[in-house]
Amino acid sequence: MSTTDAPDTPPADVREGYFGQFGGSYVPEALSGALTQLIDAWAEAENDPAFTEHLDRLRRHYGGRPTPLYHAERLSEAAGVELWLKREDLAHTGSHKLNNVVGQALLTQRMGKGRVIAETGAGQHGVATATAAALFGLDCTVYMGAEDVRRQRLNVVRMQLLGTEVVPVDSGTRTLKDAINEAMRDWVTNVDDTHYLIGSAMGPHPFPTIVRQLQRIISTEATAQFEEQAGGRPDAVVACVGGGSNAIGSFADWIDVEGVRLIGVEAAGEGVGSGRSAATITEGREAVLHGSRSVVLVDEDGQVKPAHSVSAGLDYPGVGPEHAWLAATGRASYVSATDTEALDGFRRTCELEGIIPALEPAHAVGWVLRHGRELLGEGARVVLTMSGRGDKDVDEVVEVANWDVGVAKAFGEDRDPGPGVRDGSDASGSDASGSGHGAGEPGA
Amino acid sequence: MTATRLAGDLAIQAAFDRARDEDRAALIVYLTAGYPDVATSKACFAAAVRAGADVLEVGIPFSDPMMDGPVIQAANQHVIESGLTVARQLDLVASLHHLDVPKLVMTYVTIADTRGYPRFADECAEAGLAGVILPDLPAPEADPWLREARRRGLATVFLASSVSTDERLAAIGRASTGWVYATGLMGVTGVNAVAGDVTERLVARVREHTELPVAVGIGVRDRRSAAEVARYADGVIVGSSIVRAAGEGDPAGAPERVGELVRELRAGVADR
Repeated sequence: MSTTDAPDTPPADVREGYFGQFGGSYVPEALSGALTQLIDAWAEAENDPAFTEHLDRLRRHYGGRPTPLYHAERLSEAAGVELWLKREDLAHTGSHKLNNVVGQALLTQRMGKGRVIAETGAGQHGVATATAAALFGLDCTVYMGAEDVRRQRLNVVRMQLLGTEVVPVDSGTRTLKDAINEAMRDWVTNVDDTHYLIGSAMGPHPFPTIVRQLQRIISTEATAQFEEQAGGRPDAVVACVGGGSNAIGSFADWIDVEGVRLIGVEAAGEGVGSGRSAATITEGREAVLHGSRSVVLVDEDGQVKPAHSVSAGLDYPGVGPEHAWLAATGRASYVSATDTEALDGFRRTCELEGIIPALEPAHAVGWVLRHGRELLGEGARVVLTMSGRGDKDVDEVVEVANWDVGVAKAFGEDRDPGPGVRDGSDASGSDASGSGHGAGEPGA
Repeated sequence: MTATRLAGDLAIQAAFDRARDEDRAALIVYLTAGYPDVATSKACFAAAVRAGADVLEVGIPFSDPMMDGPVIQAANQHVIESGLTVARQLDLVASLHHLDVPKLVMTYVTIADTRGYPRFADECAEAGLAGVILPDLPAPEADPWLREARRRGLATVFLASSVSTDERLAAIGRASTGWVYATGLMGVTGVNAVAGDVTERLVARVREHTELPVAVGIGVRDRRSAAEVARYADGVIVGSSIVRAAGEGDPAGAPERVGELVRELRAGVADR
C-alpha cells in the first residue's frame, strides 16, 4: 500500500495495443473485422477537426462540461488533507460515463452502424449509453447482471424510459463480468450492424486507448482548474478503480507530470484476503480476461473468481490493462477500501458536504479519510474524482448499512406506521405513534 | 508450415485422409470433459468413437466462455462447480488413450496462459493429445504459444471467420496445423443454424490460403445440416447438440444418446 513518487517517465507502448506486456486483442476471429474497423475509425476521427468540434459542443451544451473542481473544506478538515473534488457527479446522467459514450456514439455513426450494445454494473454506463442512443437515434440493448438489476433498480428504469432494452444476465455470478460475456456474445453474433460500446478502459485493443482518450477530459479540465483555483499542481490524484475508466481519465494528463502521485482505490469488499473482494491489482495475477491481458482475480487453474463489493460498479474481477501497467511500472499506486470504509466515505460526504456520492467514488473518499493524512501527508493537496452521484445507491446503502435515517417514519413501514397511514384496525394505535419519534432521528 | 510436420498434425491428417478415402467428410465431435460426471464423460467419449467420430474435441471448461452459447456454458459451469480441476480433466483425457482417434483440447486462452504455455503444452502432450484449439487466441497473438506447441508436437487449429480479411486468412493458414476451423455463422455455439452460402464461400476462401483440411463448426446440429456442410467441407464439427445429449436426462443413458446422435451425424457426413 505504498504510494510512491513518480519514477522515470514510463516507456511508450512497445507494440500497438499493448501497455508493456498488458493489453492486446484476445478475441474470437469473428470480431477481427469490427476491431480493425474501429481502429481505423478512431484514427480518422481523432485527426478530424469536425469530430473534435462536434464532441466538444456536445460535451458543453448537452453534457454540462466543464464540471467544477470544488474545494471540499469540511471533508478536508476531517481527512487532514486539502481535498478537491472533481465533480463528475454533476455531469449529465450523473457520472463521468457520458464522456466516453458520446465519443463512441459519434464513432458508431461514422462506422454506419445503427445499433449499440453495452454492459453495465452500477447502471451508470448503461444509462449514459441509453442516453446517447436516444440522442443519436440508435437502437440500444444493455446487458446487466441480474444481481445488479436488483440493487440498481433506479438505473434500470432510467434506461427503460430512454427506450433501451435492458437484458438481465442470469449466468455465472450475475454481475458485471457476466454482463460483459453476454454483450460479447451479442457482438459476435450481430457485429455487422452493432457497435459494442464498452464503458470501461478494458477489453481488446483499441478500447482501452479509446476510453482513456475520451475520459482524458477529466484530468485536462482538472489541470487548468487546479492551477487557477489553487495554484500549481496537486500532490496526489485519487480515483476509484473498477475497470478503471474514471481513474484512467483522472490520471491521463498527470502521468507525465513529475511529483503528482496517482492513486487508484479498488474495492476490497469484506477485506483483502477475505475471499470476498474486488481488489484486482492488490490480489490478482496476470491473466487474460474479456479480450486483453491484464491482472485478474483467477484461481490457479485460470478460472475467474467471483468478485465482491457493495458497489456494483467496482464489482469486477478484472481491471483495464493500462492500470496493470501503471501498477507494474510503479507510476501509479493501487490501494483499496472495504465496504465499511466506502460506506463511511459515503455518509461523511453526505453529511459534511451535502453531496450524495455514488458508492464507487465513496471508496476513494473512504480511503482518503482513513489513510490520507498518514500516507499523503498532513495538508497534502489532493484531487479526488467524484465520478458519480449516489441517487441510485440510496436504497442499497440504507439496507446494507442498516442505517436508521428515518425511512420507516417517512413511509410508514415496519414498526413505525405513523398516525393516519393505516385505518380500521388501529383503534389502539398509541404504541405505533409512540415509537415514532426516536426512530426517526438521523444517526450520528 | 514447418518443414517437418508435427506428430499431432500427422495424426489428424491421417484421420482426414481416411474419411476422404471413404468419400465422406470427417466427423469431429466435441464433448465437455467431466460432463455430466467423470465416469459418464469417459463413456460418452468412447460411445462417440464407437459410433463413428473421426476426431474428438475435448472441452476444458472455463468460467467465462464468451464464444459459447447456453448449452456449453451450462456444461462448463457444472463441471467447474463439481470441483474437477484442469489437472483431473487432463487425467480424464489420458485415460482415453485406448480410443484410437486424434484428440484435441478445446479451451480458452486464459486456461493455457495461467498454467503457463510451456507447462500446458507439456501436460497436453503427456495426456496424449494431438492438438489444441483456443478460440480466443487469434493468429497475431499466437507466437508464444506456437513455440511451445511445436516443441511438443502439438497441432494448433485456428478459427477463420467470414469477416476475416484475406491477409488474416493467410496468417491463419500459415499458423494452423491439423486443420482450419471455419466458423459456420456469426455467433456463439449452439444457438443458430449454419448459414449455407456464407460458409461455403468462407471455405473456398480459406482453401486459397492453405493445403490443410477445412472443417466447419458452429451451427451444425443434426444429420441434415451435417450432410449439407459435408458437401463442401473436409470436416464437420458438432458440439452443442452432443453436449445436450450427454447432459439431458439420466446419466446412465448418456452414452447411448450420444452414440445414437453420432451415428446419425456420421451418416450425414457420408451423405454429401
